[in-house]
Amino acid sequence: MVKPLLVLDDLAVHFKVGSMLAGGVKTLKAVDGVTLDVKPGECLGLVGESGCGKSTLALAIMGLLLPTHGRIHVGGQRISGDTPPDRMEMARTVQMVFQDPYASLNPRQTVRRTLADPLRLHGVKDKAEVESRVIDMMAKVGLRPEHADRYPHEFSGGQRQRIGIARALILKPRLVICDEPVSALDVSIRAQIINLLLELKDEMDLAYIMISHDLGVVEHVSDRVAVMYLGRIVEQGGWQEIFENPRHPYTRALIAAIPDPFHRAAASVARAKAKGEIPSALNPPPGCHFNPRCPLKADLCTVEAPVLEGVAPGHLAACHFRDRII
Amino acid sequence: MTPPLLKVEDLRIALAGDGVTYNAVEGVSFEIGRGEAFGLVGESGCGKSITALSVMGLLRRPLSLGGGRIVLDGQEIQDVPAAEMRRLRGKRIAMIFQEPMTALNPLSPVGRQIAEMFVLHQGAGWSEAMDRAEDALRQVRVPSPERRIRDYPHQLSGGMRQRVMIAIALACGPDLLVADEPTTALDVTVQAEIIDLIAELCAAKGTAVLMISHDLGLVANMCKRVAVMYAGRIVESQVADAIFARPSHPYTQGLIDSLPRLGERSRRGRQRLREITGVVPSIQAYPAGCRFNPRCPAVTDICRTNVPEATSLPADGLVRCHHHG
Repeated sequence: MVKPLLVLDDLAVHFKVGSMLAGGVKTLKAVDGVTLDVKPGECLGLVGESGCGKSTLALAIMGLLLPTHGRIHVGGQRISGDTPPDRMEMARTVQMVFQDPYASLNPRQTVRRTLADPLRLHGVKDKAEVESRVIDMMAKVGLRPEHADRYPHEFSGGQRQRIGIARALILKPRLVICDEPVSALDVSIRAQIINLLLELKDEMDLAYIMISHDLGVVEHVSDRVAVMYLGRIVEQGGWQEIFENPRHPYTRALIAAIPDPFHRAAASVARAKAKGEIPSALNPPPGCHFNPRCPLKADLCTVEAPVLEGVAPGHLAACHFRDRII
Repeated sequence: MTPPLLKVEDLRIALAGDGVTYNAVEGVSFEIGRGEAFGLVGESGCGKSITALSVMGLLRRPLSLGGGRIVLDGQEIQDVPAAEMRRLRGKRIAMIFQEPMTALNPLSPVGRQIAEMFVLHQGAGWSEAMDRAEDALRQVRVPSPERRIRDYPHQLSGGMRQRVMIAIALACGPDLLVADEPTTALDVTVQAEIIDLIAELCAAKGTAVLMISHDLGLVANMCKRVAVMYAGRIVESQVADAIFARPSHPYTQGLIDSLPRLGERSRRGRQRLREITGVVPSIQAYPAGCRFNPRCPAVTDICRTNVPEATSLPADGLVRCHHHG
């Protein structure tokens, strides 16, 4: 059995919001009891709508937010509320590619400086080695050596995302969190970046957490998929299980919401649309958080929160009716 | 044959730069029949949104109408005086935008913003107009409309705000609704609901829709006909089903092939996505000839020098490519 690269053990990240003076302090449970693992070289797709806690989860794995309770094991490190991570070691293990390549690059740094700084910080002293690793990394992401002295504004969106990917990979991390890596790019450029990410994954033996709301992209790149709703994982499993045999009504609703001009109304999920919108995480509905929007809602759902349980080997769903096939 | 509701003919939109004028859009022609849903698809910067704005008479500097005709129900509207255009907007043609928070007035309750339409365009009194605003909110399925009409935009979620925008746009029963990326700022499950709502209300009222989006799949599902724009020109226009079954322009073909489609991996295993090489050209540097030529897999010499003429396709379709057929 391969030892997982990342383990989240009942991870919770809560925030206190509001003030004693204005309406009292409330607890926002952005991530609420998430248990997950990612194996070396694996791609885990993380799916969910805005406000479901994906980005908070990503920041916690990066070591930028401390868990309220639960633990994160990443590489050799154990992070919990009272054991903050060693930032330098974290940086060599986990890196991140951001959504917006216009906002996530320093406009006053050349590509060379953006890529060389992490190497120097991590103790690569030899100038020739820094230079060769920078040029080598640039080649890997499809940038030419003459691009090294240019600034971000001289590049197109797709090329900027290549720089963002190079920056994430220059320290040879083992896990890369890709947070909506193509959704800010022109539609005709997205395939280039998706292909590049998949090539680099094989070439550098990377594990990915692919955060995306585009289910077509998630299905294409993921080995396993986790679906998140209001801070909790509601379903996880192999990509094929999730997309062909989804058991949580929310997963079905997400799939049903994708316009598919090729196979109109073909899938069994086609009529499984969700009603309404994601409620505020400050005031989630009791029981199953999805119950106000759920087509399968029964009395039990408003009382008891379903636990994440197996429906098939490696396939878990948190629904009282996980065994009911529609 | 009944005349079309909207006819856009040889539209040119000029962009004033540093002493130079660029054509941000040129040679754009299309027709929308009464009650028909028509989709205009393209990437950011291709000119689809400013085409919509020109129909609304909302082009502002540095953009201006450089030429062409916009005919609404037999009447040329491209140079009607501002006051008359204001009367047309809201009454005959209405628009909804991508980001409802910036399109709504943050200082006014949403009920009042809807009621204003009845007061301005139909001469209703405020109390009658407020009653009708409540009905309008009910029609767009905002829960408890009697309470919601007093809410301010910031008290509503993104999906609810977009419903308010739709209520305002459809308040006076316009002939044409222009929807510019109406769901791009929304979550996918909400997007599906909003699209269904627009399609259903417009079908019930016989309102034609000009739907602008970068998402070919979304548009094709909702619209009867679709036009694809690239770098300021329409490169292909077809019936929605045909555009997926028989894409005729290499750009359309490329767009369809380059996006991972749900279910594709199960059917065929993971294939490397087919890329469209290169980048979208900037307006200052549109290539000569066919503007897709630097990225086109089928490029030949003629593509670099001559602008391709439109070739007819079945069912009123057209394609602009030297190598079609």
